[in-house]
Amino acid sequence: MAIDVLHVPTGSANLPHASDEPQVLRSTPLAQAALAGSVALVGIAATLPLWGESSWMREFVEIACYFVFASMWNLLAGYGGMVSIGQQAFFGIGGYAMLALANFAGVNPFLAIALAAMAAAVIAVPVSWVAFRLSGGYFAIGSWVIAEVFRLGIANVSAVGGGSGTSLTALRGIAKATREGVTYWVALAAVVACIALVYAFLRSKQGLALLAIRDNETAAESQGIAVRRMKLAVYVVAAFGTALAGALYFVGNLRISPDAAFSVNWTAFAIFMVMIGGIGRIEGPIVGALVFWALNKFFSDYGTWYLLGIGLLAIVATLFFRQGLAGWAQQRWGWELFPTRRVLKP
Amino acid sequence: MDTLVQGLLLGGLYCLFALGQSLMFGVMRLTNTAQGDFIVLAGFAAIAAAGLLAWHPAFIALALLPLAFVAGYGLQRWVLNGALGRDPLPSLVVTFGLAIVIQNGLLQLFSADPRSLDAGALATRSVAAGGTAVGVLPALIFAIALAATAALQWLFGRTRLGRAFRAVSDDREIAELMGLDARKVYAFATGIAFVLIAVAGVLQAMRTTVSPSDGPLLLLFAFEAVIIGGMGSFWGTFAGAMLLGITQQIGFRLDPGWGIWLGHLVFLAVLVVRPQGLFPKTRG
Repeated sequence: MAIDVLHVPTGSANLPHASDEPQVLRSTPLAQAALAGSVALVGIAATLPLWGESSWMREFVEIACYFVFASMWNLLAGYGGMVSIGQQAFFGIGGYAMLALANFAGVNPFLAIALAAMAAAVIAVPVSWVAFRLSGGYFAIGSWVIAEVFRLGIANVSAVGGGSGTSLTALRGIAKATREGVTYWVALAAVVACIALVYAFLRSKQGLALLAIRDNETAAESQGIAVRRMKLAVYVVAAFGTALAGALYFVGNLRISPDAAFSVNWTAFAIFMVMIGGIGRIEGPIVGALVFWALNKFFSDYGTWYLLGIGLLAIVATLFFRQGLAGWAQQRWGWELFPTRRVLKP
Repeated sequence: MDTLVQGLLLGGLYCLFALGQSLMFGVMRLTNTAQGDFIVLAGFAAIAAAGLLAWHPAFIALALLPLAFVAGYGLQRWVLNGALGRDPLPSLVVTFGLAIVIQNGLLQLFSADPRSLDAGALATRSVAAGGTAVGVLPALIFAIALAATAALQWLFGRTRLGRAFRAVSDDREIAELMGLDARKVYAFATGIAFVLIAVAGVLQAMRTTVSPSDGPLLLLFAFEAVIIGGMGSFWGTFAGAMLLGITQQIGFRLDPGWGIWLGHLVFLAVLVVRPQGLFPKTRG
């Protein structure tokens, strides 16, 4: 409203015309083309169960889980400024909550995926009371301790098989083709929803507040942004998404164990994807997941050497290539497929 | 009583894990997520050297210390300094990447089997004291932890180098205006932290075993000791390590599956009740 004061007409001759108002650009032709292309691609992808091979669907489900995890880590670290090495806590909680709901309560496993994600979001609130006591580097390791508490806790619960884990028996009666097709559709929907929600959120007013917090927490607070509430919201949303990925992964995998569900490798791979793709960009985890998928396909047979190379790549990217591939493409060619900036029209 | 003594002795080892972490955080706010992996690496270096040279473990340990200092100095000077800044993300990712590189490198070289460093008769000797048997090696580790804490506190509080550490810790820009080269001061701090890491690694390999995947757990113990004790205080770290050691020992006594879990829970409880730690000196 303060802007209007500047436009108080002093005479009829210089009444401001509508076209003199500063106009904010929020999209580009490229971004609109990307959006149309994405919709077409998703449309084609949705028909895959009708003509594709089941190994393709399994591969997609797996990479979709990695992507959703990485995308949530990007939201948390790249936008919320909360660098966590403990997001595997929510991945595991998602997996185990889904299993408990499906095996013991008789809930449809696919419905249980969504319920498990909600359960993790609820659990994230008390967890944040502890985790938010720490900040910066100590938040990162503190959240890892919390993940270990969940891992060791579940490893001592004999109802879910203790340390050696258990199987998802609730899917027993469903035909293999149906199971694989539905799992694939859920994974596709999760990927689309993940991108769409993060995109919509970052373009909203709350997204702007989040960016302000990331750039300078104190300054953001002095402008009236409720920093603590905002951070909590991001933490809970990230827990929801990560748990969704976890529940989905173990529906596809049919077997769960504490060491697999709460493995720190989940977060390690997410960090790798986000750093290679470009942190703090929606495109980052997408590019990172594609790179990770390709590397995994061609080099995972090398085992330890492959992981060693992934670690080295993450170090080199962080030290010398901090903008990541998506950031580089934006600087080099001005590509920005999901613009969240507000640019004044010249 | 026995549990208490064993807990204190375990705490001595955890104190050595944690001192390097405490020093690096105190001087440059750097969280070294590869702390545990460097400890394991030092243990494996000592084991490999013992296999090649057939020296007494004590000499191997002494020979390892200057190497560790040089490694730490170089790492900070040419790698980690580039990742420091207001944003903790780069240094976290770089040290986390180093952790993965070390784990997989050791796995490739030494396989996944746990190994230990043969300390000869020292490893099994024990003396009876106050109705409980105290191993000579654990007691020695406790004494080394006590000495290292005292030495570090003296270095920090009473020497020129310690003054430089405190100066760059308080305000890097002002310290640099006064003629300090912060990058070199940081490198010295990491060098000293790596000497402590080498001591911890050799003693860990002597007392129990090391395997390539042990690193993360050692990191968490070190971190918990630092936070329980309060940031920036070495005696605080010592006390934190003792509390952690005793808690774990009590947990192990109750049920072998719950010892580490109980240690984590006490850490989280301290975090909720007293987030600044028991004896805080510097502010984050």
